[in-house]
Amino acid sequence: MTSRLTRRQRRRVSQGVQYAVFAAAVAAVAVLADWERLRNQFAQRDLARELFPEIITTALRNTVVYTVSGFAFGLALGLVIALMRLSSVAPYRWVAGVYIEFFRGLPALLIFIFVGVAVPLAFPGTEIPGGTYGKVALGLGLVAAAYMAETIRAGIQAVPRGQMEAARSLGFSHARAMVSVVIPQALRIVIPPLTNELVLLFKDSSLVLFLGVTLEERELTKFGRDLASQTANSTPILVAGLCYLLVTVPLGFLVRRLEARTGRAG
Amino acid sequence: MDAGGRAEIEVRGLRKAFGDHEVLRGIDLEVARGEVVCVIGPSGSGKSTLLRCVNLLEEPTAGRVFVGGTEVTDPDVDIDAVRRRIGMVFQQFNLFPHVTVEENLTLPQRRVLGRDGEAAARVARENLERVGLLEKAAAYPAKLSGGQQQRVAIARALAMDPEVMLFDEPTSALDPELVGDVLAVMRGLAGDGMTMMVVTHEMSFAREVADRVVFMDGGRIVEEGPAEQVVGAPRQARTRDFLTRVLDPAAAAPPGPESAADRADRAP
Ligand SMILES: Nc1ncnc2c1ncn2[C@@H]1O[C@H](COP(=O)(O)OP(=O)(O)OP(=O)(O)O)[C@@H](O)[C@H]1O
Ligand SMILES: [Mg+2]
Repeated sequence: MTSRLTRRQRRRVSQGVQYAVFAAAVAAVAVLADWERLRNQFAQRDLARELFPEIITTALRNTVVYTVSGFAFGLALGLVIALMRLSSVAPYRWVAGVYIEFFRGLPALLIFIFVGVAVPLAFPGTEIPGGTYGKVALGLGLVAAAYMAETIRAGIQAVPRGQMEAARSLGFSHARAMVSVVIPQALRIVIPPLTNELVLLFKDSSLVLFLGVTLEERELTKFGRDLASQTANSTPILVAGLCYLLVTVPLGFLVRRLEARTGRAG
Repeated sequence: MDAGGRAEIEVRGLRKAFGDHEVLRGIDLEVARGEVVCVIGPSGSGKSTLLRCVNLLEEPTAGRVFVGGTEVTDPDVDIDAVRRRIGMVFQQFNLFPHVTVEENLTLPQRRVLGRDGEAAARVARENLERVGLLEKAAAYPAKLSGGQQQRVAIARALAMDPEVMLFDEPTSALDPELVGDVLAVMRGLAGDGMTMMVVTHEMSFAREVADRVVFMDGGRIVEEGPAEQVVGAPRQARTRDFLTRVLDPAAAAPPGPESAADRADRAP
C-alpha cells in the first residue's frame, strides 16, 4: 500500500494528528476534572496569604541553608573521594570505590534515618555539631559526595594529560600540580553537572521531614505538610511546591546555559 | 661514575620498554654545556621517549641519565628539584588555559621557586619581552595563535632559569607561516649559549643552529655528527632514506600511501 502523498503532505498530516490528540487530551482534563473541588482543596487564597512571610523567612530559608551546607560538605568530601579514586595507592582506590557504590546504591532516606538514629547510638555522648543543621548537612552530603566524586573524577580525567606533564616538567610536585593546575580546570568542566547536583539536593532536603525538627527548623516540605494538616487543606502544599520551583527552574535554566557555554568552549 | 664537569646532559645505556614493546634499545649520548643537539628520525623511532627520559617524565627501564652532574635516574634524587633546572617545550604547547599569559609565567615561579609576586612578575615580563610577546601579557592563551602560544611556552620555561632546554617538535603543530617566529626565538636562545636538545623535522634549522645532529631509528642512534655531515652527507643508508623523505616528501617513491598517513597522524 504505497501512499501517494508527497513527503511534505505526509508531514502535515502527521503534525495535524499530533495536534488533534493534544487538544483532545487538554479538553478532556478541562471537562472531566472537578475544578471546583481542586480549587477549594489546593488554592484557598486566604490560606495561602497566611503562609507568608513565614514560608519564605523560615521554610525556604531553611531549605536553602540545608541544601547549601549539604552541598559544601558533599563537595569537599566528593573531591577527597575523587582524588582517592585516582590515587596510586590501591587501598585508597578500593575505599573510594566501595564508598561510591555503597552510597549510590542506597535510598537517601535510609541514610537520613541512619544519621539521625545510628550515629548518636554508635558514638554515645558525641553530638553531631550544628544540631539538626549538622545532621542534615551530613545526611545530604554523604550521598551527594558519592555522586560528586564520580563527576569530579571524570572532570579531572578530562583535563589533558599534557597539563600535568607541563606542570611536572616545571618542577611542580604531583600534589601541587593537582591543586594549582589540574583541579581548577576540572572544576570548570564540572560546574554544570555540579549545579545539577545542587538542584537534586535542593529537592532531597525534603527528607528532613523524617528527622525530628523544631518549628524553627522546618523546611518547605515539612512546613507545607504541617500547615496542611493544621488547616485540613492542601493549599500550603501547593505554595511550598511553587517555592521549590521558584529556585529549581532558574537553576535548571542556568545549567543549560552553562552546558551550552562549555560545549562551545570545548 | 664521574659525570660532573664533562657534560651537561649524559645518557648511558638508556633503555625503555612499554610492556614488551622496547622503544629505546641502548642510547648513549652526551650534550656539552652550551651545545645544541638536534634529534631527528622517523615517527616512532623513540625521539620523544628519549627526551622524556631526560627529565623523567618517562621512567627508564634501564640505564642512567645525568643532568648537570646530578643523576636524574637515582631513585633518591629530588626529581622536582632536578626538573626545575630542565625546561621543556612540548609539541602541543600545554599552556595553562585557565590563567592569563603572564600568570602562566608567574604561577610556576611562585609555586615552585617561591618567588614573591613582584619578582615573579618582573621575570615574567623580561621573558615575554624576550619572545616578543609582552603586549599579550594580559591575554588568555586561547586568544593567541599557535606560534604565539609556543613562544609563551618557551618564555614560561625560561622564567624558571633552566640550565638545559628540551624541545619536542616545537613547530610540528604550527601552520607553516608561524614556524619562523618560534625558530627565531630558539635561534636566539642557542646564540645566548643555552644547552639545548631539540627533536625536530626542520632540517634547515638543524643545519644552521645545531652543533651536532643525532639520527635515531628503531630505538637506537644510527648516526651522529656535525650537522653538515649528518644532514649534508649522511653515511648510513637509513639516514639518507629518511632525509630524502623529509626534505622532498613528494619525490620519495615507496611507501607512498603509508607515509602520507604518517603525516596525517602527526597533524594536530
Ligand atoms: N606511554 C606509552 N605507552 C605505550 N607505548 C608508547 C608510549 N609512548 C610511546 N609509545 C610507543 O613508543 C614508540 C616511540 O614513541 P615516540 O613518541 O618516542 O616516537 P617519536 O620518535 O617521538 O615519534 P614521532 O615523530 O611520531 O613523535 C611508538 O611506537 C609509540 O607507540
Ligand atoms: Mg615524538
